[in-house]
Amino acid sequence: MAEIIGGYFTSHVPAIGGAIHKGLKADPYWKPFFDGYPPVHEWLAKARPDVAVVFYNDHGLNFFLDKMPTFAVGAARRYDNADEGWGLPLFKSFEGHVPLSWHIIEQLVDDEFDITTCQKMLVDHALSIPFELAYPDASVWPVKLVPIAINTVQHPLPSAKRCLALGRAVNKALASWGGNERIVVIGTGGLSHQLDGERAGFINAEYDSFCLDNLAGDPDALTHDSVHEIVRLAGTQGVEVLNWIAARGALGLGAAREIHRNYHIPISNTAAATLLLEPA
Amino acid sequence: MTKTPTPARDAPIAGTHIFDGDAAACGLELNAMCYSFNDGANRAAFLADEDAYCARFALSAAQREAVASRNVLAMIAAGGNIYYLAKLAGIFGLSVQDVGAQQTGMSVDAFKAMLLDQAGQIKSREAQHG
Repeated sequence: MAEIIGGYFTSHVPAIGGAIHKGLKADPYWKPFFDGYPPVHEWLAKARPDVAVVFYNDHGLNFFLDKMPTFAVGAARRYDNADEGWGLPLFKSFEGHVPLSWHIIEQLVDDEFDITTCQKMLVDHALSIPFELAYPDASVWPVKLVPIAINTVQHPLPSAKRCLALGRAVNKALASWGGNERIVVIGTGGLSHQLDGERAGFINAEYDSFCLDNLAGDPDALTHDSVHEIVRLAGTQGVEVLNWIAARGALGLGAAREIHRNYHIPISNTAAATLLLEPA
Repeated sequence: MTKTPTPARDAPIAGTHIFDGDAAACGLELNAMCYSFNDGANRAAFLADEDAYCARFALSAAQREAVASRNVLAMIAAGGNIYYLAKLAGIFGLSVQDVGAQQTGMSVDAFKAMLLDQAGQIKSREAQHG
């Protein structure tokens, strides 16, 4: 029977990719952020997941605004990165887990989530950077991928409550999957940040702490705020916390235990966070 | 463009522009042009002849003026989404700190210092909560 080994949550700021490529991990600006990852490496080395189910948001690589799904589940054999507009070195490709993708899709539709399915799907920095951080020495990714994209770009966005329910439906699918894989659930993005408008540079450590403190034990606490209120508290791009909430849901209804946390201000315009949870 | 009535609970957030249906509808051409910059050849074509490139995407007068003046707040007012505008900014070698500085009316150094200063939020929280 498949086992969910836990959840890994991390920011995905594009500049992190730049710092990795330029070898800046020990640079004083970057060190407090990258110091959050050795515990992730050790945890993954011990837990040895072979599948990753990743909740993230696309930033105009796979989806343009002409067709913008609220929830999109990848069911591709392979996922490639591509030029996101900056001509940066490309991130490594991923092997898909097609049967598990379709199993999750079946469960989600059964639970009345009207999702989009993608047999071709480019994955951007929001998906790739968490793996660069988790497996810095890998020549190929040691996990197969099931990506789940949440619209955090074009309002109306799905509510936090709906994202948690989506994650919980994914958990049902993982619990009923007949394989013997070891599955890690990943949520990417956030935490508080705002790139646009006169409030650009907004960061809110108080709200980030609220999220980090409650994600393991009481994730429903994060669903009481409307998306608009989350924008007020976390910034226009801080709504990426929806990806974290969905990923927490995929760990199941039971309690979760915090294994590791790192929180650092700032990375680029963002309050950066790293969190590991295990089913209690 | 008619603005959809906003529910009372969605009181405006100062300095914050929600990228909603009205913005998306208004900004489609500008965002489509920015999306095209995922292709390096298109970035080169824009740099080679900006007027011709913008004309291909049928930008509105407000969008064309915002792009010509490199004014990010004007691009947002014309429906630009920041993730797409970031691709345009990249053509000029501008980072999100440069873009943030312009929007807040700060120098880039002052904007970066403001971000670094926000680390103080962690210390004051620790002082409050132990």
